[in-house]
Amino acid sequence: MVQPETSKSNAAGVSSGGTEQALWLVMYEQMLKIRFFEEHVNQLYLTAKMPGLAHLYSGEEAIAVGVCQALRRDDYITSTHRGHGHCLAKGASVDRMFAELLGKEAGYCRGKGGSMHIADQDTGNLGANAIVGGSAGIASGAAMSIKMRGSDQVAVCFFGDGALGQGVLYEVMNMASLWKFPVIYVCENNQYNEYTPNSETTAGEMSARARAFGILTEEVDGQDIRAVYDTASRLVERARRGEGPAFMLCHTYRFFGHHVGDIQRSYYRSKEEEEHWKTERDPLKLFAGWLIEQGMADSRTFEQIEQKVRAEVEAGEQFALNAPYPEPGEVEQDVYA
Amino acid sequence: MSMLSTTVSQNAGQGVREITLGQAIREALAEEMHRDPRVFIMGEDVAEAGTPFKVLSGLVEEFGTSRVLDTPISEAGITGLGVGGAMTGMRPIVDIMFGDFIALAMDQIVNQAAKVHYMSGGKLNVPLVVRTTLGATRRTAAQHSQSLQAWVSHVPGLKVVLPSTPYDAKGLLKTAIRDDNPVIYFEDKMMYQLKGLVPEGDYTIPFGVADIKRPGTDVTIVATSSMVQIALAAAELLEELDISAEVVDPRTTFPLDKDTLIESAKKTSRAIVMDEGYERYGVTAELAAVIAEGAFYYLDAPVKRLGAMDVPVPFSPVLEDLTVPTAASVVEVAKTVCGRV
Repeated sequence: MVQPETSKSNAAGVSSGGTEQALWLVMYEQMLKIRFFEEHVNQLYLTAKMPGLAHLYSGEEAIAVGVCQALRRDDYITSTHRGHGHCLAKGASVDRMFAELLGKEAGYCRGKGGSMHIADQDTGNLGANAIVGGSAGIASGAAMSIKMRGSDQVAVCFFGDGALGQGVLYEVMNMASLWKFPVIYVCENNQYNEYTPNSETTAGEMSARARAFGILTEEVDGQDIRAVYDTASRLVERARRGEGPAFMLCHTYRFFGHHVGDIQRSYYRSKEEEEHWKTERDPLKLFAGWLIEQGMADSRTFEQIEQKVRAEVEAGEQFALNAPYPEPGEVEQDVYA
Repeated sequence: MSMLSTTVSQNAGQGVREITLGQAIREALAEEMHRDPRVFIMGEDVAEAGTPFKVLSGLVEEFGTSRVLDTPISEAGITGLGVGGAMTGMRPIVDIMFGDFIALAMDQIVNQAAKVHYMSGGKLNVPLVVRTTLGATRRTAAQHSQSLQAWVSHVPGLKVVLPSTPYDAKGLLKTAIRDDNPVIYFEDKMMYQLKGLVPEGDYTIPFGVADIKRPGTDVTIVATSSMVQIALAAAELLEELDISAEVVDPRTTFPLDKDTLIESAKKTSRAIVMDEGYERYGVTAELAAVIAEGAFYYLDAPVKRLGAMDVPVPFSPVLEDLTVPTAASVVEVAKTVCGRV
């Protein structure tokens, strides 16, 4: 999986132009892979090949990729119900991701977790969580464990603006600050708590919540991969040095509905608003424009990346479609360790 | 008497002395913390205060504040930290002062700790112990007196321990700490001063092995935690009435030693089931169903349940005492099932 050595240093540490270009192109590829993956997930749902439902990450790719690129493989993340992007960005492979979404034994959780619960300890992914804010304790506890073990790992807790309504988040932020846990709380503010705009649910200032605990707070444009990566790199290295937790508020937008079945959205947001974000604020388009501007990529570069990613995603999907379901005996396995 | 009848998997062979249940718990914790540096304790007032029940007194002096951590009053938060810590190489023991407060931590216990291993396809483990309390008659009213073991016994992925003697308390707590699953360990607040024989040094008691606390032939009384002493007192009274009662303590509601319960009921042909949780949909309902199903053709009377009265625990002592089974109430039920009324 793509977790280059450069991920160990922050942007400032990337000195040579060639290395920097390679890094940005890896990140572009990661973002595109998530975008294609989610498009295929949507198709699997629409063609009734996928059981249940899925919460697509399209539109928010710069956050997962920018943050995870600032992490080492042995750093931890916890993810959310909208978590495919986080899992892929941390190093999960598309074939086993698809297999999990289809409930196949080859999936990351042997088909027992599904879309909302992908966990992959090999890449430090402690699991996506379908309770909003539910992983705040796990990520903070992992950071506590890091500190107790004397390790220099870092834990990242991804959650959406909806989690700002959950009390447990504030309980653990208080303790993380009190005891200087190496944890980064990454709030993906996509502006909607399911089908309700957060203007109706969230009083006061979002980042003031973390500041109240004495936690360093940064606010970034979540559509700008460079801003996300630079900020995440600084906060991660700071946490790694033992200087405590941080809260990173990323403003973003989900291109699809709350989940794949959320088609009629006009009662909570307008088509114009969606079009504006898709045409003007698409993180991939913004990134591609910048790469061209910098002379780091041209149409041929993008074509090559697209071909590679498309092939990987299509092969992964095919693998999953052909993979066997778990045996019935599996149902009672792994209830207890 | 439990000493003689209990399965002991290991025994260092040192001396046996009489200590309290609270001391047995503290001893188990200290020994496990010496044995395994990954074990630590966190909770409200667990360090210098040693908890309001003084069960942990001396541990912070021995192990320091990095391993005995006073936390904010945040039950969900500290349980969540415990889950995450357990998933990443530590073996946390979370202290939830009153069993009633597990209500505040239920998402972390039920949706997180209990599910992680299964949902991850067996890849992630949660070796977490949540120590908490149960039991009424302390005059602390409805929010500090409940026995909520049925709630967690209901959830696959959790193990639930209900020690009733100092000996069991020490051996079962050691097993809990060494288990790779989330374990909820309930201590009866009224039994911390109960004395019993406990070996010095290391021994463990396996989960899912019931203990016959008193052998008998006429009626089986299955009792958990706080109800074991009540059942034993009732058995003494029944002896005077020429009724021989067998007292069986499951010790863990999950895993549950169904066989010992069923065999005892087959032998005596009559069974009473006691647990201090609310009777309605409670632990007694499950245990009674196990016996009714497993020993149906051997039973001479319906299985009777004795749990806490289905009311919020009242404050006034005269009212509170009515809500919990007593030796006298057990005797009355035993006489009925034995056809002696």
